[in-house]
Amino acid sequence: MTDDNTPPGQTPAALTCTGLTYAFGDGAKAVDGLDLSVASGEVFGLLGPNGAGKTTAIRCVTTLLPVPAGMVRVFGHDVAADRMGVRRLLSYVPQQLSADSSLTGRENVSLFARVFDVPRKERAGRVAEALEAVGLTEAADRMAGTYSGGMVRRLELAQALVSSPRLLILDEPTIGLDPIARTSVWEHIMAVRAASGMTVLVTTHYMDEAEQYCDRVALMHKGRIRALDTPHRLTDDLRERRGDGSSPTLEDVFRDVAGSGLDEEGGEFRDVRRTRRTAARVG
Amino acid sequence: MSAVPAAPPPVSAEAGQGLLFVPPRARPAWRLIPARVVAMCVVELQKLRHDRTELYTRAIQPALWLVIFGETFNRLNVIPTGGIPYRDYLAPGIIAQSTMFIAIFYGIHIIWERDSGVLTKLLVTPTPRAALVTGKAFAAGVKAMVQALVVLVIAALLGVTLTWQPLRLVGMLAVVVLGSAFFSCLSMTIAGIARTRDRLLGIGQAITMPLFFASNALYPTASMPSWLQVISAINPLSYEVSALRGLLLGTPTNLPLDFAVLVVAAALGIAAASALLGRLAR
Repeated sequence: MTDDNTPPGQTPAALTCTGLTYAFGDGAKAVDGLDLSVASGEVFGLLGPNGAGKTTAIRCVTTLLPVPAGMVRVFGHDVAADRMGVRRLLSYVPQQLSADSSLTGRENVSLFARVFDVPRKERAGRVAEALEAVGLTEAADRMAGTYSGGMVRRLELAQALVSSPRLLILDEPTIGLDPIARTSVWEHIMAVRAASGMTVLVTTHYMDEAEQYCDRVALMHKGRIRALDTPHRLTDDLRERRGDGSSPTLEDVFRDVAGSGLDEEGGEFRDVRRTRRTAARVG
Repeated sequence: MSAVPAAPPPVSAEAGQGLLFVPPRARPAWRLIPARVVAMCVVELQKLRHDRTELYTRAIQPALWLVIFGETFNRLNVIPTGGIPYRDYLAPGIIAQSTMFIAIFYGIHIIWERDSGVLTKLLVTPTPRAALVTGKAFAAGVKAMVQALVVLVIAALLGVTLTWQPLRLVGMLAVVVLGSAFFSCLSMTIAGIARTRDRLLGIGQAITMPLFFASNALYPTASMPSWLQVISAINPLSYEVSALRGLLLGTPTNLPLDFAVLVVAAALGIAAASALLGRLAR
């Protein structure tokens, strides 16, 4: 049962944020009036530098940070009013390498099958399918501590898939990976999405990935969305505005909407440390 | 800005896997806590199965307490134990102490889980915070049970006269689990306040020995100065030790009171740790 105003017979948006604002203790607004609607089945990219507010926005969506009623809805369920209902609809893969290295791949996935209440009868089958979906069947009984960075990311994807989420949220899924591993992770994400029709919300620093894999992207800067459209429309629009015959990339679009001085605003010390730690562990 | 695109067509069954297309049904609310306790305990057992190093290294300190401290004070014969050898008197105290030491640093495990993203992921599952904390508390209890059994075997090998009645041993394990649940929740509560590993280590070390010495683990409460007796009376470790002595040695104790104090302490610990767990995820 959803609590939004979706007309009968119509699928509610996978995610809507209406004026989402979140400020930390020092009063600084990490997210400042975010308006967003992600359609069911879409691959949506939230892009921006460290400190843009992407992770905070995602933490609001995933119920990790409290938000007032009516600001965030997942498939029509208000995040503030129906936390458990929302959590059953989504899976979240954080930026850090979050698989437990002291368990096997299968045990890692099995834990999430248990905490999502997969019945015992189908648990083994579901875990095996999730591992197969990310190409880890052979390595399933090896300790996760022996996996490569790309394999760990795929294992985390299997952990997320075992509960059949309708909304998969990935925070920097390919950070620190080499180009081949990045491609492999994305190929698995896209294959699972094509098979299941799930909605994917992804944050990334890598504009090329967003351009290649996202249906639409929102460019975030200082807690606000500066541009939102398909990657092609965003780059076409900039080309028309420039009128100099050049072929701008999504990165050019981002520089255009965010202005200069981006390299001096690359997030807080904590954001950078977390990013580097993850990159170091993956590499 | 663009309009929101229409949803894609439904997916055909042959497109991929079978089970992964159907979300699992939600459990009734009353089954959530037992289900999460089982999930966390299974993980703890799986980790113990993969790496038993901790099991062996953690056996050293209790063995030293029993062999050196126990043997020396057995000879000195200065502590009134009600007619039982001091080493026997000490053994339940060492079981309680060694399991408390494991539990009191459990918060470090939670901070590690926070840093590695595991906690964040668990907090986004349909698991109420109280259920997650209860699961973690009982997982700490599983570790403590294994430790208690190891100390029990060491004590038996050293000639300590303990009961081997199955019901009393089950009672001992229940006491150890409840005690560990409280101390691990205390540790998770401190983790929620301290939020860093170094601070938690410092606080843990600062409170561990006072908790131990202000209990009846080494000497009877009656031998303490009156101010220490007051602290001992509100220290859950004293009730844990009393219950263990009663069950393993048959010394007089008020078992219903001991269990009641441990249950209430564990419940309060779970409530406090649940309230502060969210701070770790921010």
